Amino acid sequence: MPVEVSVKGIHEGLLITFGEGSWEEAFPSLLNHLDSKPDFFLGANAIVQLGSFPLQVVDLARLRSALADRGMGLRTVLSESPATVNAAKNLGLETSLPPREVPETPLSTELTGSEAVLLAQTLRSGNSINFPGHVTVLGDVNPGAEIVATGSVIVWGHLRGTVHAGAQGDENAVVCALDLSPMQLRIAGFAATSPPRGRSSGPEIASLRDGQLVAETWNPKEKPPAHAGG
Amino acid sequence: MTAKVLTVTSGKGGVGKTTATANIGVALALLGQKVVCIDSDIGLRNLDVVMGLENRIVYDLVDVVEGRARLRQSMIKDKRLPELYLIPAAQTRDKTAISPSDMVRICDELREETDWVLIDSPAGIERGFRNAIAASDTAIIVTNPEVSAVRDADRIIGLLEAEEKGPGKLIINRIKPELVERGDMLATADILEILAVDLLGLVPEDESVLISTNRGNPAALDSKSKAGQAYRDIAGRLMGEPIPFPSLDGTDNLRKRLARLMHRGGGS
Repeated sequence: MPVEVSVKGIHEGLLITFGEGSWEEAFPSLLNHLDSKPDFFLGANAIVQLGSFPLQVVDLARLRSALADRGMGLRTVLSESPATVNAAKNLGLETSLPPREVPETPLSTELTGSEAVLLAQTLRSGNSINFPGHVTVLGDVNPGAEIVATGSVIVWGHLRGTVHAGAQGDENAVVCALDLSPMQLRIAGFAATSPPRGRSSGPEIASLRDGQLVAETWNPKEKPPAHAGG
Repeated sequence: MTAKVLTVTSGKGGVGKTTATANIGVALALLGQKVVCIDSDIGLRNLDVVMGLENRIVYDLVDVVEGRARLRQSMIKDKRLPELYLIPAAQTRDKTAISPSDMVRICDELREETDWVLIDSPAGIERGFRNAIAASDTAIIVTNPEVSAVRDADRIIGLLEAEEKGPGKLIINRIKPELVERGDMLATADILEILAVDLLGLVPEDESVLISTNRGNPAALDSKSKAGQAYRDIAGRLMGEPIPFPSLDGTDNLRKRLARLMHRGGGS
Protein backbone atom coordinates (compact mmCIF):
# COMPACT_ATOMS: atom_id res chain seq x y z
CA MET A 1 0.00 0.00 0.00
CA PRO A 2 1.55 3.29 -0.98
CA VAL A 3 2.61 5.60 1.78
CA GLU A 4 2.08 9.28 1.54
CA VAL A 5 5.31 11.15 0.83
CA SER A 6 5.67 14.80 1.44
CA VAL A 7 8.58 16.90 0.25
CA LYS A 8 9.04 20.39 1.63
CA GLY A 9 11.72 22.94 0.89
CA ILE A 10 13.49 24.18 3.98
CA HIS A 11 16.60 26.23 4.55
CA GLU A 12 18.92 23.24 4.56
CA GLY A 13 17.39 21.50 1.55
CA LEU A 14 14.39 19.28 0.90
CA LEU A 15 12.71 17.72 3.92
CA ILE A 16 11.10 14.39 3.11
CA THR A 17 8.46 13.09 5.51
CA PHE A 18 6.25 10.04 5.40
CA GLY A 19 2.68 9.22 6.34
CA GLU A 20 1.44 6.05 8.09
CA GLY A 21 3.06 2.84 7.03
CA SER A 22 6.14 0.67 7.32
CA TRP A 23 9.51 1.27 5.77
CA GLU A 24 8.92 -1.55 3.30
CA GLU A 25 5.96 0.43 1.97
CA ALA A 26 7.43 3.86 2.43
CA PHE A 27 10.67 3.33 0.53
CA PRO A 28 9.07 2.34 -2.79
CA SER A 29 6.52 5.13 -2.39
CA LEU A 30 9.38 7.57 -2.03
CA LEU A 31 11.07 6.33 -5.16
CA ASN A 32 7.83 6.56 -7.09
CA HIS A 33 7.30 10.07 -5.87
CA LEU A 34 10.78 11.11 -6.88
CA ASP A 35 10.52 9.48 -10.27
CA SER A 36 7.29 11.28 -11.04
CA LYS A 37 9.14 14.58 -11.19
CA PRO A 38 12.78 13.71 -11.90
CA ASP A 39 14.01 17.18 -12.80
CA PHE A 40 12.46 18.82 -9.78
CA PHE A 41 14.72 17.06 -7.30
CA LEU A 42 17.93 17.17 -9.32
CA GLY A 43 20.83 18.57 -7.31
CA ALA A 44 18.89 18.93 -4.08
CA ASN A 45 20.07 18.07 -0.59
CA ALA A 46 17.73 15.64 1.09
CA ILE A 47 16.84 15.55 4.77
CA VAL A 48 14.74 12.50 5.50
CA GLN A 49 12.45 12.35 8.53
CA LEU A 50 12.43 8.66 9.39
CA GLY A 51 10.17 8.94 12.43
CA SER A 52 10.12 5.61 14.27
CA PHE A 53 11.30 3.42 11.38
CA PRO A 54 13.87 0.95 12.71
CA LEU A 55 16.53 1.00 10.02
CA GLN A 56 19.90 -0.57 9.79
CA VAL A 57 23.04 0.51 8.06
CA VAL A 58 22.19 -1.46 4.94
CA ASP A 59 18.76 0.21 4.68
CA LEU A 60 20.22 3.63 5.00
CA ALA A 61 22.92 2.82 2.46
CA ARG A 62 20.28 1.71 -0.04
CA LEU A 63 18.33 4.91 0.64
CA ARG A 64 21.41 7.00 0.05
CA SER A 65 22.25 5.23 -3.25
CA ALA A 66 18.67 5.48 -4.47
CA LEU A 67 18.65 9.21 -3.81
CA ALA A 68 22.09 9.61 -5.40
CA ASP A 69 20.87 7.81 -8.52
CA ARG A 70 18.21 10.43 -8.82
CA GLY A 71 20.66 13.30 -8.35
CA MET A 72 19.94 14.01 -4.70
CA GLY A 73 22.46 14.09 -1.92
CA LEU A 74 21.52 12.52 1.42
CA ARG A 75 23.33 14.20 4.27
CA THR A 76 20.90 14.17 7.14
CA VAL A 77 18.33 11.77 8.52
CA LEU A 78 16.09 12.55 11.44
CA SER A 79 14.92 9.64 13.56
CA GLU A 80 13.27 8.85 16.86
CA SER A 81 14.74 5.35 16.88
CA PRO A 82 18.10 5.09 18.67
CA ALA A 83 19.04 2.14 16.49
CA THR A 84 18.46 4.15 13.33
CA VAL A 85 20.38 7.07 14.74
CA ASN A 86 23.32 4.78 15.49
CA ALA A 87 23.21 3.28 12.07
CA ALA A 88 23.14 6.71 10.49
CA LYS A 89 26.15 7.81 12.49
CA ASN A 90 28.04 4.69 11.42
CA LEU A 91 27.29 5.66 7.84
CA GLY A 92 28.61 9.18 8.39
CA LEU A 93 25.20 10.80 8.13
CA GLU A 94 24.11 13.77 10.19
CA THR A 95 21.27 13.06 12.56
CA SER A 96 20.14 16.59 13.36
CA LEU A 97 19.77 19.89 11.64
CA PRO A 98 22.25 22.62 12.47
CA PRO A 99 20.83 25.26 14.79
CA ARG A 100 19.30 28.06 12.75
CA GLU A 101 20.64 31.53 13.19
CA VAL A 102 17.21 33.06 13.09
CA PRO A 103 16.94 36.22 15.25
CA GLU A 104 14.48 35.95 18.10
CA THR A 105 12.73 39.19 17.23
CA PRO A 106 11.99 40.41 13.74
CA LEU A 107 14.04 43.32 12.36
CA SER A 108 12.79 46.49 14.06
CA THR A 109 12.52 49.97 12.56
CA GLU A 110 11.89 51.55 15.95
CA LEU A 111 14.41 54.25 16.86
CA THR A 112 15.24 55.60 20.30
CA GLY A 113 16.80 59.03 19.72
CA SER A 114 18.12 61.19 22.55
CA GLU A 115 16.83 63.41 25.37
CA ALA A 116 15.18 66.66 24.31
CA VAL A 117 12.80 69.19 25.81
CA LEU A 118 10.02 71.01 23.97
CA LEU A 119 8.99 74.55 24.89
CA ALA A 120 5.69 75.34 23.23
CA GLN A 121 5.85 79.10 23.82
CA THR A 122 7.73 82.21 22.92
CA LEU A 123 10.70 83.00 25.15
CA ARG A 124 10.59 86.63 26.20
CA SER A 125 13.43 88.85 27.32
CA GLY A 126 14.64 87.51 30.66
CA ASN A 127 13.41 83.95 30.09
CA SER A 128 16.14 81.34 30.06
CA ILE A 129 16.32 77.57 29.62
CA ASN A 130 19.26 75.45 30.63
CA PHE A 131 18.95 71.79 29.59
CA PRO A 132 21.23 68.71 29.51
CA GLY A 133 20.07 67.60 26.08
CA HIS A 134 18.47 69.15 22.99
CA VAL A 135 16.04 72.06 23.10
CA THR A 136 13.18 72.67 20.70
CA VAL A 137 11.12 75.87 20.86
CA LEU A 138 7.71 76.19 19.19
CA GLY A 139 7.65 79.95 19.08
CA ASP A 140 10.07 82.89 19.01
CA VAL A 141 13.14 83.51 21.12
CA ASN A 142 13.07 87.27 21.76
CA PRO A 143 16.17 89.42 22.26
CA GLY A 144 17.18 89.12 25.90
CA ALA A 145 16.07 85.48 26.12
CA GLU A 146 18.68 82.77 26.48
CA ILE A 147 18.99 79.05 25.68
CA VAL A 148 21.84 76.89 26.97
CA ALA A 149 21.79 73.26 25.81
CA THR A 150 24.35 70.47 25.88
CA GLY A 151 22.88 69.27 22.59
CA SER A 152 21.37 70.99 19.57
CA VAL A 153 18.81 73.80 19.52
CA ILE A 154 15.90 74.07 17.12
CA VAL A 155 13.69 77.15 17.05
CA TRP A 156 10.48 76.91 15.07
CA GLY A 157 10.16 80.66 14.89
CA HIS A 158 12.40 83.75 15.04
CA LEU A 159 15.65 83.24 16.93
CA ARG A 160 16.69 86.71 18.07
CA GLY A 161 18.04 85.93 21.53
CA THR A 162 21.21 84.26 22.75
CA VAL A 163 21.84 80.54 22.21
CA HIS A 164 24.62 78.23 23.33
CA ALA A 165 24.44 74.73 21.84
CA GLY A 166 26.91 71.97 22.67
CA ALA A 167 27.43 73.80 25.95
CA GLN A 168 29.61 71.02 27.38
CA GLY A 169 31.86 70.82 24.35
CA ASP A 170 29.90 68.86 21.74
CA GLU A 171 31.14 70.38 18.49
CA ASN A 172 28.60 68.39 16.51
CA ALA A 173 25.66 70.31 17.98
CA VAL A 174 23.72 72.49 15.56
CA VAL A 175 21.35 75.44 15.80
CA CYS A 176 18.39 75.63 13.44
CA ALA A 177 15.75 78.34 13.15
CA LEU A 178 13.07 79.48 10.74
CA ASP A 179 14.67 82.93 11.09
CA LEU A 180 18.25 82.72 12.36
CA SER A 181 19.03 86.20 13.71
CA PRO A 182 20.54 85.57 17.15
CA MET A 183 22.18 88.26 19.25
CA GLN A 184 24.93 85.79 19.94
CA LEU A 185 25.32 82.17 18.86
CA ARG A 186 27.70 79.66 20.38
CA ILE A 187 28.44 76.06 19.56
CA ALA A 188 30.78 74.36 22.04
CA GLY A 189 33.60 76.88 22.57
CA PHE A 190 33.02 78.97 19.43
CA ALA A 191 30.95 82.15 19.34
CA ALA A 192 29.65 84.45 16.66
CA THR A 193 27.28 87.38 16.34
CA SER A 194 24.66 87.67 13.67
CA PRO A 195 25.68 89.85 10.73
CA PRO A 196 23.20 92.64 9.98
CA ARG A 197 20.74 91.31 7.50
CA GLY A 198 17.87 92.75 5.49
CA ARG A 199 15.03 90.46 4.59
CA SER A 200 14.89 87.11 6.31
CA SER A 201 16.66 84.39 4.34
CA GLY A 202 14.39 81.54 5.34
CA PRO A 203 15.18 78.52 7.50
CA GLU A 204 18.86 78.10 8.28
CA ILE A 205 21.17 75.76 10.13
CA ALA A 206 24.29 76.86 11.97
CA SER A 207 27.10 74.38 12.61
CA LEU A 208 30.81 74.12 13.26
CA ARG A 209 32.92 73.36 10.19
CA ASP A 210 36.68 73.18 10.72
CA GLY A 211 36.59 75.45 13.72
CA GLN A 212 34.37 78.01 11.99
CA LEU A 213 30.75 78.76 12.75
CA VAL A 214 28.81 78.72 9.50
CA ALA A 215 25.15 79.31 8.78
CA GLU A 216 23.63 77.80 5.68
CA THR A 217 20.21 77.80 4.12
CA TRP A 218 18.42 74.66 5.19
CA ASN A 219 18.67 72.11 2.41
CA PRO A 220 16.63 68.99 3.14
CA LYS A 221 18.78 66.97 0.77
CA GLU A 222 21.95 67.60 2.76
CA LYS A 223 22.22 65.62 5.97
CA PRO A 224 23.17 67.46 9.15
CA PRO A 225 26.69 66.68 10.44
CA ALA A 226 27.04 63.12 11.77
CA HIS A 227 25.97 62.72 15.41
CA ALA A 228 24.26 66.14 15.46
CA GLY A 229 21.50 64.34 17.29
CA GLY A 230 23.72 62.01 19.21
CA MET B 1 -20.46 98.82 40.42
CA THR B 2 -17.16 96.99 40.63
CA ALA B 3 -14.18 98.94 39.47
CA LYS B 4 -11.69 97.71 36.91
CA VAL B 5 -8.13 98.01 38.22
CA LEU B 6 -5.59 98.91 35.54
CA THR B 7 -1.86 99.06 36.25
CA VAL B 8 0.19 101.22 33.90
CA THR B 9 3.69 99.77 33.68
CA SER B 10 6.62 99.61 31.28
CA GLY B 11 9.87 98.30 32.72
CA LYS B 12 11.84 101.13 31.20
CA GLY B 13 11.71 104.55 32.81
CA GLY B 14 10.66 107.72 31.03
CA VAL B 15 8.48 106.15 28.35
CA GLY B 16 5.27 107.86 29.46
CA LYS B 17 3.62 105.83 32.23
CA THR B 18 2.74 108.79 34.41
CA THR B 19 1.60 110.84 31.42
CA ALA B 20 -0.58 107.93 30.30
CA THR B 21 -2.06 107.40 33.75
CA ALA B 22 -2.97 111.07 34.14
CA ASN B 23 -4.37 111.43 30.63
CA ILE B 24 -6.35 108.19 30.58
CA GLY B 25 -7.78 109.13 33.97
CA VAL B 26 -8.83 112.53 32.67
CA ALA B 27 -10.22 111.08 29.43
CA LEU B 28 -12.32 108.50 31.29
CA ALA B 29 -13.61 111.19 33.64
CA LEU B 30 -14.54 113.30 30.60
CA LEU B 31 -16.71 110.36 29.51
CA GLY B 32 -18.52 110.55 32.86
CA GLN B 33 -16.65 107.70 34.57
CA LYS B 34 -15.58 107.69 38.24
CA VAL B 35 -11.82 107.33 38.36
CA VAL B 36 -9.24 107.00 41.15
CA CYS B 37 -5.60 107.32 40.13
CA ILE B 38 -2.96 105.91 42.53
CA ASP B 39 0.69 106.88 42.36
CA SER B 40 2.61 103.84 43.59
CA ASP B 41 6.07 105.28 42.83
CA ILE B 42 6.96 105.75 46.48
CA GLY B 43 9.91 108.08 46.87
CA LEU B 44 9.79 109.47 43.32
CA ARG B 45 6.25 110.70 43.04
CA ASN B 46 5.23 112.48 39.84
CA LEU B 47 1.57 111.83 39.17
CA ASP B 48 0.56 114.69 41.42
CA VAL B 49 2.70 117.14 39.43
CA VAL B 50 1.41 115.95 36.07
CA MET B 51 -2.17 116.32 37.26
CA GLY B 52 -1.47 119.72 38.80
CA LEU B 53 -2.51 118.62 42.27
CA GLU B 54 0.78 118.76 44.19
CA ASN B 55 -0.30 121.68 46.30
CA ARG B 56 -3.23 119.75 47.69
CA ILE B 57 -1.44 116.78 49.21
CA VAL B 58 -2.18 116.25 52.87
CA TYR B 59 -2.16 112.47 53.24
CA ASP B 60 -0.57 109.96 50.93
CA LEU B 61 -0.66 106.24 50.19
CA VAL B 62 1.88 105.38 52.93
CA ASP B 63 -0.17 107.31 55.52
CA VAL B 64 -3.14 105.11 54.62
CA VAL B 65 -1.12 101.88 54.75
CA GLU B 66 0.41 102.79 58.09
CA GLY B 67 -2.93 103.79 59.57
CA ARG B 68 -2.38 107.52 59.98
CA ALA B 69 -5.20 108.34 57.59
CA ARG B 70 -8.30 106.74 56.17
CA LEU B 71 -8.47 106.02 52.47
CA ARG B 72 -10.99 108.80 51.84
CA GLN B 73 -8.75 111.35 53.52
CA SER B 74 -5.93 110.69 51.10
CA MET B 75 -8.10 111.02 47.97
CA ILE B 76 -7.59 114.41 46.33
CA LYS B 77 -10.48 115.53 44.13
CA ASP B 78 -9.36 116.90 40.77
CA LYS B 79 -9.88 120.63 40.38
CA ARG B 80 -11.52 120.31 36.93
CA LEU B 81 -13.42 117.04 36.96
CA PRO B 82 -15.65 116.13 39.91
CA GLU B 83 -15.34 112.35 39.64
CA LEU B 84 -11.57 112.16 39.22
CA TYR B 85 -9.44 111.46 42.31
CA LEU B 86 -5.74 111.05 43.05
CA ILE B 87 -4.08 109.10 45.87
CA PRO B 88 -0.53 110.43 45.84
CA ALA B 89 2.65 108.56 46.71
CA ALA B 90 4.91 109.48 49.61
CA GLN B 91 8.01 111.43 48.69
CA THR B 92 10.08 110.83 51.81
CA ARG B 93 9.91 107.03 51.90
CA ASP B 94 10.74 104.25 49.43
CA LYS B 95 9.14 101.22 47.81
CA THR B 96 9.57 98.99 50.84
CA ALA B 97 7.07 101.14 52.72
CA ILE B 98 4.15 99.25 51.19
CA SER B 99 3.64 95.62 50.23
CA PRO B 100 1.64 93.85 47.52
CA SER B 101 -1.03 92.85 50.04
CA ASP B 102 -1.43 96.50 51.10
CA MET B 103 -2.24 97.38 47.50
CA VAL B 104 -4.73 94.54 47.24
CA ARG B 105 -6.49 95.73 50.40
CA ILE B 106 -6.70 99.31 49.20
CA CYS B 107 -8.00 98.35 45.76
CA ASP B 108 -10.57 96.01 47.27
CA GLU B 109 -11.83 98.94 49.33
CA LEU B 110 -11.99 101.11 46.19
CA ARG B 111 -13.70 98.53 43.98
CA GLU B 112 -17.18 99.26 45.32
CA GLU B 113 -16.73 103.02 45.23
CA THR B 114 -15.58 103.77 41.70
CA ASP B 115 -15.55 102.68 38.04
CA TRP B 116 -11.83 102.68 37.38
CA VAL B 117 -8.64 102.44 39.46
CA LEU B 118 -5.52 103.46 37.54
CA ILE B 119 -2.24 102.57 39.23
CA ASP B 120 0.88 104.36 38.04
CA SER B 121 3.72 101.85 38.41
CA PRO B 122 7.34 102.84 38.97
CA ALA B 123 10.02 101.79 36.49
CA GLY B 124 11.93 98.56 37.15
CA ILE B 125 11.01 94.99 38.00
CA GLU B 126 11.52 94.94 41.75
CA ARG B 127 9.30 95.67 44.73
CA GLY B 128 7.68 98.75 43.23
CA PHE B 129 6.54 96.80 40.18
CA ARG B 130 5.31 93.95 42.35
CA ASN B 131 3.32 96.36 44.50
CA ALA B 132 1.76 97.96 41.45
CA ILE B 133 0.56 94.77 39.78
CA ALA B 134 -0.65 92.98 42.90
CA ALA B 135 -4.25 94.17 42.55
CA SER B 136 -4.27 94.56 38.77
CA ASP B 137 -7.05 93.18 36.57
CA THR B 138 -5.41 94.33 33.37
CA ALA B 139 -1.90 95.65 32.78
CA ILE B 140 -1.33 98.50 30.36
CA ILE B 141 2.22 98.35 29.03
CA VAL B 142 3.65 101.61 27.75
CA THR B 143 6.61 101.54 25.40
CA ASN B 144 8.40 103.77 22.92
CA PRO B 145 9.21 102.72 19.34
CA GLU B 146 12.81 102.19 20.33
CA VAL B 147 14.84 99.03 20.79
CA SER B 148 15.72 99.24 24.47
CA ALA B 149 12.18 100.22 25.48
CA VAL B 150 10.77 97.26 23.57
CA ARG B 151 13.34 94.95 25.18
CA ASP B 152 12.21 96.05 28.64
CA ALA B 153 8.54 95.82 27.68
CA ASP B 154 9.12 92.23 26.59
CA ARG B 155 10.68 91.48 29.97
CA ILE B 156 7.75 93.05 31.77
CA ILE B 157 5.22 91.08 29.73
CA GLY B 158 7.14 87.91 30.57
CA LEU B 159 6.98 88.78 34.27
CA LEU B 160 3.27 89.61 34.02
CA GLU B 161 2.64 86.24 32.39
CA ALA B 162 4.67 84.51 35.10
CA GLU B 163 2.57 86.24 37.79
CA GLU B 164 -0.59 85.35 35.84
CA LYS B 165 -1.38 89.02 35.38
CA GLY B 166 -0.64 88.96 31.70
CA PRO B 167 -0.53 89.47 28.87
CA GLY B 168 -1.80 93.05 29.07
CA LYS B 169 -2.44 95.69 26.42
CA LEU B 170 0.09 97.91 24.70
CA ILE B 171 0.39 101.65 24.23
CA ILE B 172 3.15 102.78 21.89
CA ASN B 173 4.05 106.32 22.92
CA ARG B 174 6.09 109.13 21.30
CA ILE B 175 5.80 107.92 17.74
CA LYS B 176 7.40 110.16 15.10
CA PRO B 177 5.76 109.31 11.76
CA GLU B 178 8.54 110.87 9.65
CA LEU B 179 11.16 108.66 11.30
CA VAL B 180 9.05 105.53 10.89
CA GLU B 181 8.59 106.30 7.23
CA ARG B 182 12.33 106.76 6.78
CA GLY B 183 12.93 103.44 8.49
CA ASP B 184 14.77 105.13 11.37
CA MET B 185 12.15 104.27 13.94
CA LEU B 186 10.54 100.93 14.74
CA ALA B 187 7.18 100.49 13.03
CA THR B 188 4.13 99.37 14.97
CA ALA B 189 4.13 96.04 13.13
CA ASP B 190 7.74 95.35 14.16
CA ILE B 191 6.95 96.05 17.80
CA LEU B 192 3.82 93.91 17.80
CA GLU B 193 5.73 91.07 16.17
CA ILE B 194 8.10 90.87 19.13
CA LEU B 195 5.72 91.71 21.97
CA ALA B 196 2.68 89.82 20.62
CA VAL B 197 0.07 91.55 22.80
CA ASP B 198 -3.11 93.45 21.90
CA LEU B 199 -2.69 97.09 20.92
CA LEU B 200 -4.56 99.65 23.03
CA GLY B 201 -3.22 102.92 21.69
CA LEU B 202 -0.77 104.75 19.43
CA VAL B 203 0.32 108.15 20.76
CA PRO B 204 2.34 110.52 18.57
CA GLU B 205 5.26 112.61 19.80
CA ASP B 206 3.64 115.94 20.67
CA GLU B 207 5.22 118.95 22.34
CA SER B 208 1.86 119.83 23.85
CA VAL B 209 2.53 117.00 26.33
CA LEU B 210 5.62 118.71 27.72
CA ILE B 211 3.81 122.02 27.99
CA SER B 212 0.77 120.47 29.64
CA THR B 213 2.93 118.57 32.14
CA ASN B 214 4.68 121.74 33.21
CA ARG B 215 1.32 123.43 33.71
CA GLY B 216 -0.33 120.50 35.43
CA ASN B 217 -3.08 120.35 32.77
CA PRO B 218 -3.12 116.89 31.16
CA ALA B 219 -3.18 117.04 27.34
CA ALA B 220 -6.42 115.05 27.19
CA LEU B 221 -8.18 118.26 28.26
CA ASP B 222 -6.83 120.05 25.18
CA SER B 223 -9.03 119.43 22.13
CA LYS B 224 -6.26 120.61 19.81
CA SER B 225 -3.59 118.23 21.14
CA LYS B 226 -2.86 115.21 18.95
CA ALA B 227 -1.54 113.25 21.92
CA GLY B 228 -4.60 114.32 23.89
CA GLN B 229 -6.82 112.91 21.14
CA ALA B 230 -4.88 109.64 21.22
CA TYR B 231 -5.52 109.34 24.97
CA ARG B 232 -9.21 110.14 24.48
CA ASP B 233 -9.29 107.34 21.88
CA ILE B 234 -7.66 105.00 24.40
CA ALA B 235 -10.33 105.82 26.96
CA GLY B 236 -12.98 105.11 24.33
CA ARG B 237 -11.44 101.74 23.54
CA LEU B 238 -11.34 100.89 27.24
CA MET B 239 -15.07 101.64 27.31
CA GLY B 240 -15.55 99.16 24.48
CA GLU B 241 -15.89 101.54 21.53
CA PRO B 242 -14.31 100.20 18.32
CA ILE B 243 -12.12 103.24 17.61
CA PRO B 244 -9.74 102.63 14.68
CA PHE B 245 -6.02 103.23 15.12
CA PRO B 246 -4.40 106.15 13.29
CA SER B 247 -1.88 105.21 10.65
CA LEU B 248 1.09 107.03 12.12
CA ASP B 249 3.46 106.22 9.30
CA GLY B 250 2.47 109.29 7.31
CA THR B 251 0.24 107.66 4.71
CA ASP B 252 -2.63 109.99 5.48
CA ASN B 253 -1.29 112.23 2.77
CA LEU B 254 -2.65 110.93 -0.56
CA ARG B 255 0.23 112.27 -2.60
CA LYS B 256 2.74 110.56 -0.35
CA ARG B 257 0.73 107.36 -0.60
CA LEU B 258 0.81 107.40 -4.39
CA ALA B 259 4.52 108.16 -4.39
CA ARG B 260 5.12 105.12 -2.17
CA LEU B 261 3.11 102.87 -4.46
CA MET B 262 5.07 103.98 -7.50
CA HIS B 263 8.37 103.53 -5.67
CA ARG B 264 7.43 100.01 -4.65
CA GLY B 265 6.46 99.03 -8.19
CA GLY B 266 9.71 100.31 -9.69
CA GLY B 267 12.38 99.32 -7.19
CA SER B 268 13.42 95.95 -5.80
